[in-house]
Amino acid sequence: VTSPRGAFISLFVNFLVELTALATTCRFRAAIMMASSYNAKDEDGHITVSGPGGGTLRSKKPENTAFKQQRLPAWQPILTAGTVLPAFFIIGLLFIPIGIGLFVTSNNIKEFEVDYTGIDMSSPCFNCSQNFSWNSTRPCTCTIPFYLDQPYESNVYVYYGLSNFYQNHRRYVKSRDDSQLNGDVNSLMSPSKECEPYAFHENKPIAPCGAIANSMFNDTLELFYNDPNGTRIPIPLNTTGIAWWTDKHVKFGNPGGNPNLTAAFQGTTKPLNWRRPVYELDADPGNNGFINEDFIVWMRTAALPTFRKLYRIINKKSSMVPTLPRGNYTLEVVYNYPVRSFEGRKRVILSTISWMGGKNPFLGIAYITVGSVCFFLGVVLLIVHHKCGNRNNSADISN
Amino acid sequence: MGSVESYFGRLCGKEQEKEEERLFRANDRPFNLSYHYADNAIKTSKYNLFSFLPLNLFEQFRRLANAYFLFLMALQVIPQISSLSWFTTAVPLILVLSITAVKDASDDINRHKSDKQVNNRMVKVLIDGELRNEKWLNVQVGDIIKLENNQFVTADLLLLSSSEPLNLVYVETAELDGETNLKVKQALTVTGDMGDSIDALAGFNGEVRCEPPNNRLDKFKGTLTLDGQTYSLDNDKVLLRGCTLRNTEWCFGVVIFGGPDTKLMQNSGKTTFKRTSIDHLMNVLVLCIFGFLASMCTVLAIGNGIWEVREGSVFTAFLPREQGADAALSSFLSFWSYVIILNTVVPISLYVSVEIIRLGNSFFIDWDRKMYYPKNDTPAQARTTTLNEELGQIKYIFSDKTGTLTQNIMTFNRCSINGKAYGELFDFSGQRVEITEKTARVDFSWNQLADPKFTFHDHSLLETVREGNPEAQAFFRLLALCHTVMPEEKKEGELYYQAQSPDEGALVTAARNFGFVFRSRTPETITAMEMGRTVTYELLAVLDFNNVRKRMSVIVRNPEGKLTLYCKGADTIIFERLHPSCNKLKEATIGHLNEYAGDGLRTLALAYKPLDDSYMDKWRQRHHEASTAMEGREERLDELYEEIEKDLLLLGATAVEDKLQDGVPQTIEQLAKADIKIWVLTGDKQETAENIGYSCNMLREEMREIFVVAANTAEGVKEELQNARRKMCPEAAEEPSVKKARAGLFWLQKTETVQDEKVDGDYGLVINGHSLAFALEKNLQLELLRTACMCQTVICCRVTPLQKAQVVQLVKKYKQAVTLAIGDGANDVSMIKAAHIGVGISGQEGMQAVLSSDYSFAQFRYLQRLLLVHGRWSYLRMCKFLQYFFYKNFTFTFVHFWYAFFCGFSAQTVYDEWFITLYNMVYTALPVLGMSIFDQDVNDRWSFQYPQLYTPGQLNQYFSKKAFVLCMMHSCYSSLILFFIPWAAMHDTVRDDGKDLADYQSFALLAQTCLLIVMNIQLCLDTYYWTAVNHFFIWGSLAAYFAITLTMYSNGMFLIFTSSFPFIGTARNSLNQPNVWLTIFLTSLLCILPVVASRFVFIQLRPTINDKVRQKVRKEALPAPAPRRPPARRISTRRSGYAFSHAQGYGDLVTSRRFLLKLRSRPPLFTQTDSPLALNEPQLYRTIAEDPEESQSP
Repeated sequence: VTSPRGAFISLFVNFLVELTALATTCRFRAAIMMASSYNAKDEDGHITVSGPGGGTLRSKKPENTAFKQQRLPAWQPILTAGTVLPAFFIIGLLFIPIGIGLFVTSNNIKEFEVDYTGIDMSSPCFNCSQNFSWNSTRPCTCTIPFYLDQPYESNVYVYYGLSNFYQNHRRYVKSRDDSQLNGDVNSLMSPSKECEPYAFHENKPIAPCGAIANSMFNDTLELFYNDPNGTRIPIPLNTTGIAWWTDKHVKFGNPGGNPNLTAAFQGTTKPLNWRRPVYELDADPGNNGFINEDFIVWMRTAALPTFRKLYRIINKKSSMVPTLPRGNYTLEVVYNYPVRSFEGRKRVILSTISWMGGKNPFLGIAYITVGSVCFFLGVVLLIVHHKCGNRNNSADISN
Repeated sequence: MGSVESYFGRLCGKEQEKEEERLFRANDRPFNLSYHYADNAIKTSKYNLFSFLPLNLFEQFRRLANAYFLFLMALQVIPQISSLSWFTTAVPLILVLSITAVKDASDDINRHKSDKQVNNRMVKVLIDGELRNEKWLNVQVGDIIKLENNQFVTADLLLLSSSEPLNLVYVETAELDGETNLKVKQALTVTGDMGDSIDALAGFNGEVRCEPPNNRLDKFKGTLTLDGQTYSLDNDKVLLRGCTLRNTEWCFGVVIFGGPDTKLMQNSGKTTFKRTSIDHLMNVLVLCIFGFLASMCTVLAIGNGIWEVREGSVFTAFLPREQGADAALSSFLSFWSYVIILNTVVPISLYVSVEIIRLGNSFFIDWDRKMYYPKNDTPAQARTTTLNEELGQIKYIFSDKTGTLTQNIMTFNRCSINGKAYGELFDFSGQRVEITEKTARVDFSWNQLADPKFTFHDHSLLETVREGNPEAQAFFRLLALCHTVMPEEKKEGELYYQAQSPDEGALVTAARNFGFVFRSRTPETITAMEMGRTVTYELLAVLDFNNVRKRMSVIVRNPEGKLTLYCKGADTIIFERLHPSCNKLKEATIGHLNEYAGDGLRTLALAYKPLDDSYMDKWRQRHHEASTAMEGREERLDELYEEIEKDLLLLGATAVEDKLQDGVPQTIEQLAKADIKIWVLTGDKQETAENIGYSCNMLREEMREIFVVAANTAEGVKEELQNARRKMCPEAAEEPSVKKARAGLFWLQKTETVQDEKVDGDYGLVINGHSLAFALEKNLQLELLRTACMCQTVICCRVTPLQKAQVVQLVKKYKQAVTLAIGDGANDVSMIKAAHIGVGISGQEGMQAVLSSDYSFAQFRYLQRLLLVHGRWSYLRMCKFLQYFFYKNFTFTFVHFWYAFFCGFSAQTVYDEWFITLYNMVYTALPVLGMSIFDQDVNDRWSFQYPQLYTPGQLNQYFSKKAFVLCMMHSCYSSLILFFIPWAAMHDTVRDDGKDLADYQSFALLAQTCLLIVMNIQLCLDTYYWTAVNHFFIWGSLAAYFAITLTMYSNGMFLIFTSSFPFIGTARNSLNQPNVWLTIFLTSLLCILPVVASRFVFIQLRPTINDKVRQKVRKEALPAPAPRRPPARRISTRRSGYAFSHAQGYGDLVTSRRFLLKLRSRPPLFTQTDSPLALNEPQLYRTIAEDPEESQSP
């Protein structure tokens, strides 16, 4: 029984009225019980009771409303073969094409991944990974050559990926001070307790405080295209446009209105693991301090211990030339970030993207699988329904 | 609340010794005050303005759940442990505490008001030699007070004197014991002589020594010492608070017990707190859940330890450990952190929601018009709001008879006069016509003295009488003369009959309406108006009724001098004593009697015998000798009666209907179809009970056999029970098979269950009180239970209130079934309290049953609506609620469990903290409430159409431990989907502009959105009955979720409360991504599909009764309610005996001069106040809302 949609609103209003009436009813009931004297009994059996307030009450006959009598018009759907079976088939038929589409899209995305942790002796970064110290002044650089067997036509996104890095550990996640990062001057000088033990260093507040900031990824990656004739052409990497707009413009902000960041951060000290203070992250004043995009990207902690973060964007130059043509490339890494102690891994990923993001065949496969299962289930249910359903449904209810 | 008060009383005044004996002196306040007896003020309230907050909080935290949440909150304050902000627990807890506090406060305000109202009633107190109006609360022990007619008795009083002769007073004790008949109390002569002389009373200085305050209503022991003389006092001289003075102009009394010491107060507040089986199950489940929670936390803590050793120790460069925390400590801390995070498996809102649902269902019961009885303006009332779902699980009903099944109104229905039957209507074709309200009544307006309430439908009888048919006239003359009824004629023509049994009243009233009006009697005469002519008969003898004789006779001389003996009695007895000339008439009458008996009417045979003067003179002489004889008086009288009551001439037979309440047979039939067993426990005689059993279709002619157990020894009872059982089920083992099990909290409770045994065919069992006493003893009770449970119908007669409770307890103990007791009188209170659910008929016999009941309504037939509709729905709703609620919270919590493996077991939450706070309180609270308040599988009329729908409740099919395990497995599956699908989909994925999407905040948003959508779809699948409210709640809460989320993640909120809303922008940045929505869609579908598929398969393969009926509802229009066919004609060979429910008649009193003199000298006793409400007006000592004991959860 479906009721006209317009009635819903009026019914709901009715319901609210009833609810408020409920409170009054309770009070009236108390009044009736309290009443010690009965005034009169009407001839038609309706009893008039004068309560302490002097008000007159009707008989106790409950009101005849759909709500109170539990007769509210209602839609009572049930699972019938007529609804369930078509639903399964439709879902099946709908999901398989969606899945195929997703799968194809994902497959068309070009992705190249190189692990430069330097675990193996043969790896170019092996040396750098072996003798690491936070305070070494001489940066260790390693060069990784690789070959792209197909051209990357649209914008290419460069990610760094870390594995076994618990950015989602509770103590890690909470070890930050959002007020400080938002540019609050008080918090700048007295960071929140959550940042401990990275709140103060030598009695100076750390800016930015906390374990997340302290452990910021600080490898430098550079990409070169090895021209067939042997020259190394550096590929321009865009450092901006990699963080969420809201993060850059709302969530993060430099302290005070002072355009001179050095002055703004006066009295604070850099995080322990950092080589440079926060106001020297970039030369561009729009990308320096707390609103440095590399920093912002790092501060958006990952959900899982294996993650990738956007590092740079290689913009498409023109429609004629692929952004990254087929050929040999060299990745130059300034190896600063130690992960070997906790068996972590570092990767660099070059990827194009589509409307559904990066390369992840899972959704496509899942949709195809679920669609097929649905279809199959539909068939099974149809058989079940034909074999048993009719027999049982037509059977009368034994009295 | 009384118990609470006395508890505090004991706490405060520990040094105060227990009163051993009460001693006081009348009119001597200083003396009495030295004993510090309680004055007459009562206090039922718990709190005052200042003590409210601490006391109420203390009370609330005594509840386990509240204390648990307080403990959680304390945990959250420790920074090393705190995995959630304090507000996630504090907000719900404060909400719950304040709602409860408001409810308690309003209850207490009502109690204050009612206390105040009672305490401020005025009464006349004799102080300093004059009567003063005083408030009740100022009355002290030893004060003399004056009560007037229709006043409530102020305190427990010793009666001193009264306006009535012999110092009698009449009191109504309805509020105390539920009996509406008046009781007589009599003062000592020595005090009664003071009368209303104020001087004498003021000078009265008697000293009373009596028992200390106690709760025995029927006993009082004490002495009065006056002028050196000691008089003993008993219960007859005491007026108890709670009674009402009736038909007595005034009386004086001295206060013995005041206020809290009165027997009324000592009796109140002892209500046992009932809990439903779902409650018990829920407790067990919650305990299991705690165990489960602990093991989950242990697993995760161990995981944390391993992680700390293997990963954490080497990860310290980026994530240093807390100071001094090694792996062991960290693992220990994470245990508690996970206790906090996973506490949502038993959220505080579970208890709150359960209470709200029950309250809602109770309101629906209160509001039901179909359970409202217009005749005395009584709606049904759910007096307890915590037992609703148990109404859907009743297996045994124990019913009282009088006033419950029957109206306790006798109507003169049919008669057979001189071989011709009257009282039935036939149409032209000779078919019997059913008599309804609309059938034309016989018009008695020609008769000035006719009782307007009397109805009769057969006009031919009146015509016969008015035509002057001698047999018919003799018939009614007999009815007008042969009885022990007392007439009362306050005004000319306004006659009231006070009959000892309603049967007699009905017969005399019938005679009155047919023109033979009994008007007055003196010890020697009876005056009647015969067809408008006043005739005075000389009454020579009354041969009274007793159990052996089963008949009564009168010998009268009419004005013409003719002597006649009129006799009425049990047919078998009368027929034995008939003159042979009546044989033909006897045959015809027997035919009619069989018909009447078949219709379940109570029959009497009437006969007369002309006597001659000489014989009579001699007989009277012998009668006089016999009645003054010192030895063997009874036997000699019996012989004399036997001698004169023979060779009678048959006049005919009467049939009186013990009027059943409307719809009783249909209700019983419906309940039987719902597989509910009905046992009738009545104080009535066996014949009466059997009779009713037949007329309400519990006993039927086609039953294979009806066993009657009426032995007088334990062996006899055992043999009869065993014989019955062997006959019903010859192959059954001699020893009952008792299944022992353990149940309850910690499995501490041992249960023994006697298995049901299968029996072919229907049997009935009638057992009388005497046998029941033996059968209820330890060694026989299992035998009784086995035999009784094999029978379709069990009727216990002559049962005492205690035995009623014992029978209920027996079934409760060995059947593990839910029982319901229904009754109306004080004698049913014990069984109403003993049963799982007590129902009171708010009818005529006072309020006691209603006051101790859990539900009350005016008519027995409402029981089927209460059980088959409200009970079934409540049970269904509660089960659906619990199932869904556990599912929703388990799923919510399990996701955390899976996430632990990916976040180093660090107790990081999957969701935003605000979502955790609001999930149970806001996002999912209303939809599930909407479902569990409004849901119906099929509507009420279909519920009546198929009473079988009730049986799943009796078998606990909707929610049990098995269902709970299934529910857990389901949520385990859902949580796996809900975590791993987003995990796989988000793993290494980026936005369509290459930016981050796999960050913690986006993942949290995705996971919580998936969860909420899945939960709502699941609710949609569970909802059978989509009202506008459900639509509003479900779509509204989804909309609210998105609205609140977008608001909380908005710039503004972040800028105002920077540290509270760090999720800024997450919603905008991730909800505009197509792959996020594709993931949500996939997740929801994967969670729902198996449910739909499995439900569909079950409907196809093994449809439950609900499924079948719901299919039917879809296909067919509701069949019109079956036309009420007239009850099938039943010719019975069984004859009802002389079924008067009275014992010895009061023939002696009728002929006693003293009684009649007294009767005349006082105002009318039998006035009925017009408004039944006025009588039922309670004095409100009972709690307004029952006090939950500390064991109750919020």
